[in-house]
Amino acid sequence: MITFIPRDKVSKNWIIIAPILSIFFTIFFGLLIFTFLGYNPLETLYQIFVSPFSRIDRISDILVKACPLIIIGTGLMLCFKSNVWNIGAEGQFIMGALLAGFIALSFPNIETKFFLLITIFAGFVGGALWAFIPAILKTKLNVNEILVSLMLVYVAMLFIDFIVRGPLRDPMSFGFPLSKPYPEGALINKIPFPGIGFLGQLHYGILLVVLLIPVSWIFVNKTLGGFKINVLGSAPQAAKFAGFKQHSITITVLLLSGGLAGVAGVIEVSANIGQLQPEVSFGYGFTAIIVAFLGRLSPIGILFAGIIIATVKLGADNAQMTMGIPKVVTGLFEGILLFFLLTGETLQKYKIKWSEGKK
Amino acid sequence: MRNIVILLGVLVIGAVGFLFYQDKSEIPVAEKETSVTKVGFVYLTTPGDHGWTYAHELGKQMVEKRFGKDVKVSVVENVPEGPDATRVIRELAKGGNEIIFTTSFGYMDPTLKVAKEFPDVKFEHITGYKRSKNVATGNIRFYEGRYIQGVVAGLMTKTNKIGYIGAYPIAEVIMGINAFAQGLRSVNQDATISVIWANTWYDPVKEADSAKVHIAEGADILAQHTDSPAMLQIAEKEGALGFGQSTDMSAFAPKAQLFASINNWGPYYIKKIEELRNGKWNTGDGPDHWAGNVWGGLKSDMLIISKFQNMPDEVAQKAQEALDGIKTGKINIFAGPLIDNTGKEIIPAGKALDDGALWGMNYYLQGVDGKVPG
Repeated sequence: MITFIPRDKVSKNWIIIAPILSIFFTIFFGLLIFTFLGYNPLETLYQIFVSPFSRIDRISDILVKACPLIIIGTGLMLCFKSNVWNIGAEGQFIMGALLAGFIALSFPNIETKFFLLITIFAGFVGGALWAFIPAILKTKLNVNEILVSLMLVYVAMLFIDFIVRGPLRDPMSFGFPLSKPYPEGALINKIPFPGIGFLGQLHYGILLVVLLIPVSWIFVNKTLGGFKINVLGSAPQAAKFAGFKQHSITITVLLLSGGLAGVAGVIEVSANIGQLQPEVSFGYGFTAIIVAFLGRLSPIGILFAGIIIATVKLGADNAQMTMGIPKVVTGLFEGILLFFLLTGETLQKYKIKWSEGKK
Repeated sequence: MRNIVILLGVLVIGAVGFLFYQDKSEIPVAEKETSVTKVGFVYLTTPGDHGWTYAHELGKQMVEKRFGKDVKVSVVENVPEGPDATRVIRELAKGGNEIIFTTSFGYMDPTLKVAKEFPDVKFEHITGYKRSKNVATGNIRFYEGRYIQGVVAGLMTKTNKIGYIGAYPIAEVIMGINAFAQGLRSVNQDATISVIWANTWYDPVKEADSAKVHIAEGADILAQHTDSPAMLQIAEKEGALGFGQSTDMSAFAPKAQLFASINNWGPYYIKKIEELRNGKWNTGDGPDHWAGNVWGGLKSDMLIISKFQNMPDEVAQKAQEALDGIKTGKINIFAGPLIDNTGKEIIPAGKALDDGALWGMNYYLQGVDGKVPG
C-alpha cells in the first residue's frame, strides 16, 4: 500500500528544484530511448526543445498552437480550483465554434471587423450553454459533472458533423462536408509586422491571451469571486460556514470555463480554418486539462505550460521532418515529460508512505 | 543539499553545452547540391501495415528506390486536417522541399494557403478539387476496381445479398457503389446491394459492427469503402467473402479476401518528380473540373488488382475479362442506358456519363437498395 501524506510545509527550495529535476529525468530517459532506437540523441533533443525557438516564425507558430490551450486552460483552472471537474472543454470548444460559425455564415457579406465581437460573444454563449447542461444537472440532481461533460463532447462532435454534412454544407463543395467560407468580417487576420510581413500564422487572436492572463490573475487573486472559488476548492466546509453559495459558484465556474473554451473555438476557426468542417478541434479541450494542471492552476503557470506543450508538439513535428523520427517515439517522450513534471509536482506537496496492506 | 548543488551544476553545464550544439539539419539548405531533389510527404496517419496511408508509404518507397540518392524524402505523419497541416506544409516548404505531396482531402485549403506563400515550390494534393499555378491534384479511379468487385460478387453470391460499407455519402464513395452495382448487374440481375454508412474512414470497431449487421441480414459478400481490415476479419470468421481496400489485405483474411483493389501511387509520384527534375512540371492538361489533373486507373497502373483467390477458375476468368475490358476501354462502366433505383433515366442508351457527371453523383443506380442520405 502506498499512501500520500500532505507535507506540512512545502519547501521553498523544492518549488524550484522539483521542476528542474523533472526535466533532468525526462532528458535522461529521452537520451536513453533515442540512443537505444538509433537516433542521434542530442540532435533529437535539440529538435524537440530548441528548434521550435530557432526562427522567429517558428516562435510565432508556438504561440498560435498555445493560444487555444491557454484560453481553455484558464477557464478550466477556475473549475478545478473549486473542485468542479469539467472534462468536456473539447465539446464546449466545438459548440462555441459552431454557434459563432452559424452566425458568421448567416451574414455572408459582412466586412467590418466589429462583427468579430458578435461572433466571439456567440462563441462564449455557445460554449457556456454546453457547459450549463452539466452545471444544472450537478446542482439540481447531483449528477456527476465528469461523466456528463465528457459524454457531451461526443454529442458535440457528432452534432457539428451533422451540421456541416447537412444544413450548413456548402452546395459548391461537391458533397464534401465543409461549410461555405466565412465572410471577411468573421475572419481573424494575421498580424502584419512592418518590414517583415507575416510571421507564420500569428494572428490577432493572440491579443486575447495577452488580455486574459492578467485579468484572470486579478480575478483569482484580488477579487471576492476568486476568493470564494479558492475557499470552495481548498476547504468546502469553511466555504459553507462562510455562507458561500456552493451551487451558484459551481454554475458560474462551469459557465466561465465553457464560455472560454467556446471563445477559443471561435478564434481557432476564424483565424486558422476560415470555415466549419467536421473536425475543428484536435484535442485542444483535452490537452488543456494537462495544461491547467501543469500550470499549477495559476494563470501565469498556464501561460508557460501552454507554451511548453505547444513547443514539444511542434518539436516532435520538426524531429520527424528533419530526422524521420516517428510520432510514436516523440509521443512517448511527451508522455515521459508529463509524467515527471506531474510527479515532481505531487512529491513536492505529498510524502509517500509505504505501509503494509491492511484490509 | 550538497548533492542538489552538484546536480544543478551538472544540469547547467549540460544546458550550456546543449545551447551551443548546432542545428545541423538546417545547414544543407544553404549548401544544397543541385542534383538532389527534396521531396516532402504529409500523411494523415501513421502508415501502419494496411490501408490508405500505407499505400502512400509504399509509393514513397518506390520513389526512394527509383531515385536513390538523387532524392531526399521527408515525411510527416499523423497530421490533423486543420491548422497543424498548414504549419507542417509550410515547414516542409521552408525546409527546402521542392515538391510536396499532401495525401488527404482535408489538406486542400492548407495546401493552397501555403502554395501562395511559396510560388517556387510545387504542390501535389491528393483527391482535392481546388488547384492553382503551383498546386496540381491527383486521384485514382477507384471505381474501376469496384466494377470488377461487382462482377465477382454477382457470380459468387448465393443469397443475392451484398453488404456494402461506405465511409461518407460523398460523390467518390457513391460512384464506387454505382460502379459496383453496374458490375453486379452485368452478371446477376437478381442480386442487390445494401449500404451501411460507417461515417468514418477508419474505425475498426464500427466497420466490424457494420459487417456483422450485413451478415446477420443475410449478405454473403461484403465490400467496403472504409480503410481497416476489420470487415474482412469478420467475413473470415463468419464464413463470408469480401474485398480488400487500398492495399492487399489477404494476410488479414486469407480465406475471405476475393481480391483487393490496390492504390498504386508510386508511378504518379515518380512521374511528377521526374517532371520537376527536368523542369517540365506542370499542372497537366487534365479536365478543369475536379476529377484531378491526374486521374488514373487500371490502365495507367495507378489502380492494381491483386491476385484473384478463393473463387472458382470460371469466376476468376470473368473477373479477368472485366479487368481487361476496362483496360482496353471495351467496357465503359457508366455507359447508358443508366437508370437510377427509383426508375428515373439518368442517361439514354448510346451516351455515357463524363468525368464531371461522376463527381455530381447523388443517386443510386439500379441494384442498390435505399437512397443516398442527406
